Amino acid sequence: MSHRTPAGRVHGLGSAQHGVDHWWGQRLTALALVPLVIWFCISLVGLVGADHATFTKWLSTPGRAVTMLLLILATFYHMKLGLQVVIEDYVHSRGWNITLLVLNSFACVLLGTASAFAVIKVALGG
Amino acid sequence: MAQVERPLSPHLQVYKPQLTSVLSILHRITGVGLGVGTLLLAWWLVSAAYGPDHFEVSQAFIASWFGRLLLFGFTYSLFYHLCNGIRHLFWDAGWGFELKAAYSSGWLVVIASIGLTVASWIAGYASGGAL
Ligand code: HEM
Repeated sequence: MSHRTPAGRVHGLGSAQHGVDHWWGQRLTALALVPLVIWFCISLVGLVGADHATFTKWLSTPGRAVTMLLLILATFYHMKLGLQVVIEDYVHSRGWNITLLVLNSFACVLLGTASAFAVIKVALGG
Repeated sequence: MAQVERPLSPHLQVYKPQLTSVLSILHRITGVGLGVGTLLLAWWLVSAAYGPDHFEVSQAFIASWFGRLLLFGFTYSLFYHLCNGIRHLFWDAGWGFELKAAYSSGWLVVIASIGLTVASWIAGYASGGAL
């Protein structure tokens, strides 16, 4: 017979219910990325070797600018969630684990915001 | 954190690599690789926002042999991860778990990802020429 209290038994083991959000977020962004990535690849092929003026003109229609923004949002969110799992799986030292998780979040938000701002600036005329 | 002896993953080196296990780890490797690729994407977009001079620098880097090598790795990773990601989404919906199905969808991913990569590079060279 165990003498541990119920609270003692679950401490540090139980689910905080955040897993479902993470799981859904990864799947929803994956689903959204399927058409977005295909669109992006086809567009890139047409833009190979384009100069700045051509690229600016291409990006300045609202449809393309908004699609690019959606692509950026989905990509960086998906990447944040994905890299988080990889860090959690392989980095076991508590200090490094938390350091890398914080860096991952900051880097994804920073790169995503910079990319989004760049798209908006170019789309609105450089 | 409670210290409990949890079951550990088996030692991978005593297992014969199988199509399913290799594709599984490739999904993770390409996922991390795509993360590196997004650095390039962000740089490219930001350079465009800084104007023609900066854009020329990033375009020239991408057109260099090293840039093309990176881009080739990026496109292959993207198509592999895309195709295998769709395979994952079918599993999430409850389809394709039988061993035979897992193997056929696995081979389909291998063929489709190589085919799409080659096709996009042919299309790229044919359309732009400059890269
Ligand atoms: C540049 C774009 C992308 C990046 C940077 C990226 C990155 C990642 C990373 C780091 C992971 C975690 C891998 C792991 O846990 O082993 C992941 C997982 C996943 N990705 Fe992506 N990905 C991208 C595009 C896509 C696309 C287009 C799809 C389309 C279906 C997709 C579907 C998935 C799925 C389903 C998972 C979960 C796999 C699992 O349960 O292990 N990803 N991604």
